[in-house]
Amino acid sequence: MTDTMIRTSALTKRFTVKKETVEAVRGLDLRVTRGEMVALLGPNGAGKSTTLRMLTTLLPPTSGEAEVAGFDVVTRQREVRARIGYIGQGNGAGHSQRGRDELVSQGRAYGLSVADARTRAQELIDSLDLGAVADRVVSSLSGGQRRRLDIAMGLIHAPELLFLDEPSTGLDPQNRANLQEHVVRMHAEHGTTIVLTTHYLDEADALADRVIVIDHGKLIADDTPERLKADHAGDRITLTFDSEDELRRAEGHTLGIAAVHNGLTLTLRAAGGRHLVPKLMRGFDEAGVQVSAVEVARPTLDDVFLALTGRSLREENQA
Amino acid sequence: MIHDTTIVFSRELRPVLRDPFSVIFTMVQPLFFLVLFSPLLPEETGLQWFVPGMIVMSCLFGAGSTGGNLLFEMQTGSHERMLVSPLRRPALIVGRALKEIVPTMVHSVLIIAITIPFGFRPHAGAVLGLLMLAIMCVGLGALSYSLALASKNKEWIFWAVQQTISFPLLLLAGMLLPIEGGPAWLQFLSKLNPLSYLVNAERELFNGEVLTANVGLGLLAAVGVAALGLWVGTRQMRQAVA
Repeated sequence: MTDTMIRTSALTKRFTVKKETVEAVRGLDLRVTRGEMVALLGPNGAGKSTTLRMLTTLLPPTSGEAEVAGFDVVTRQREVRARIGYIGQGNGAGHSQRGRDELVSQGRAYGLSVADARTRAQELIDSLDLGAVADRVVSSLSGGQRRRLDIAMGLIHAPELLFLDEPSTGLDPQNRANLQEHVVRMHAEHGTTIVLTTHYLDEADALADRVIVIDHGKLIADDTPERLKADHAGDRITLTFDSEDELRRAEGHTLGIAAVHNGLTLTLRAAGGRHLVPKLMRGFDEAGVQVSAVEVARPTLDDVFLALTGRSLREENQA
Repeated sequence: MIHDTTIVFSRELRPVLRDPFSVIFTMVQPLFFLVLFSPLLPEETGLQWFVPGMIVMSCLFGAGSTGGNLLFEMQTGSHERMLVSPLRRPALIVGRALKEIVPTMVHSVLIIAITIPFGFRPHAGAVLGLLMLAIMCVGLGALSYSLALASKNKEWIFWAVQQTISFPLLLLAGMLLPIEGGPAWLQFLSKLNPLSYLVNAERELFNGEVLTANVGLGLLAAVGVAALGLWVGTRQMRQAVA
């Protein structure tokens, strides 16, 4: 048994939309090992979901290869499907069904006996706090309740590898925190390998051991959140001044670090920002420059994305 | 395959079992025809002629529109969830199509039960008639699901095609009025409609003629539509992507 759960080489997907070829995923090389929690991060339309759909056998690749849980996603689809769990963007449970019924039939679909499927359904209902709504028609559940039911469905067969496609889209902050807590617990308790796509920076940061940044169908960075931040974006030092005049004089004393000028603030980017500030201050003091406020911010994944692409992911998502 | 089909079949059936009244609400259409149209029929036709046609009609509208359920599940995401499961793809359509037998049989028995007090007298051959109808509704159900799969992301296509096809099929099968008196071109079109053969067969079976050529043709039409539907449906489900 190998420790590689996912291996892709030059995985590519092209779509033809209105006679125009769109390259949704371009030559992706990925490797995920057993027990990892990996986030695919990128703006809408970056190719994250398309990648996930190929890895889960929902969409055949145009070219390239992918092996998931030891089996080829094109030639050994059933073997792949039996080994993975998938929680898509939609609701897995049929709206006219009852939650518990769907859990049991889902368990049956993955080869559990009726009795085992019932027991497992009850376990998940308890652990995902669905007791009060499990016997109601799915269409009468709230968004958060449905999402928890989706997670229960994805976990019914205790898969060794779980895919989550934008798990917290459309959830309020409380439900999102709840969901993240479940994902973390699952990962910690069962050692489940987890691959999730997200366009929420904080989610990738909070959950993932490793973040794979995808843009325009290409992998542009792949590392732990800490390393990504250390390598691609320094701390952000923001200096505020009382007047244009003070600011202009300060520009000559930034220890050679490039400063971005915006209104009455100067923004500097550098590693080890907290240690730099005292030095900067001494320099300003000596030059008689008055600084009215200083702020040091640790880099975020958005800073990483900005450094890599020149665009802000936060703004892309709002657009 | 049988195991997988059973899972899909029982999943589809479960909401019906949980809420049996929902089946009755879906059969208002044939009931309107029985109440508001059959009194207008000429004396010589009457319920003995009309009721077997209504039973086929309930199958045409019931099984024919069932793809709408799949279409909805394609939009919400539960179809995708089934596609990722290890269930064999053909089972996803065969199980669904077989489930159509249940509401169709319930509707048929109710239509018969309602019309008996008004003088309808089904012959024992009706049992064979219902069996044939069951085969036909599996075929129509599978075709309806296929149409739903083909209308992915364009729901209006499903409803437009389903409505456009259902009414000519209904009229040309002579469910409402006899075709025999019509012009030659209409009779010719009627002969192209597999439902015409089923309607003729049902009428003979419900009235006690069992071993006739028409009954044979009706069975052939039902089996033919079922085979075609399952073949097309299986092919499409195998190719289904999400």
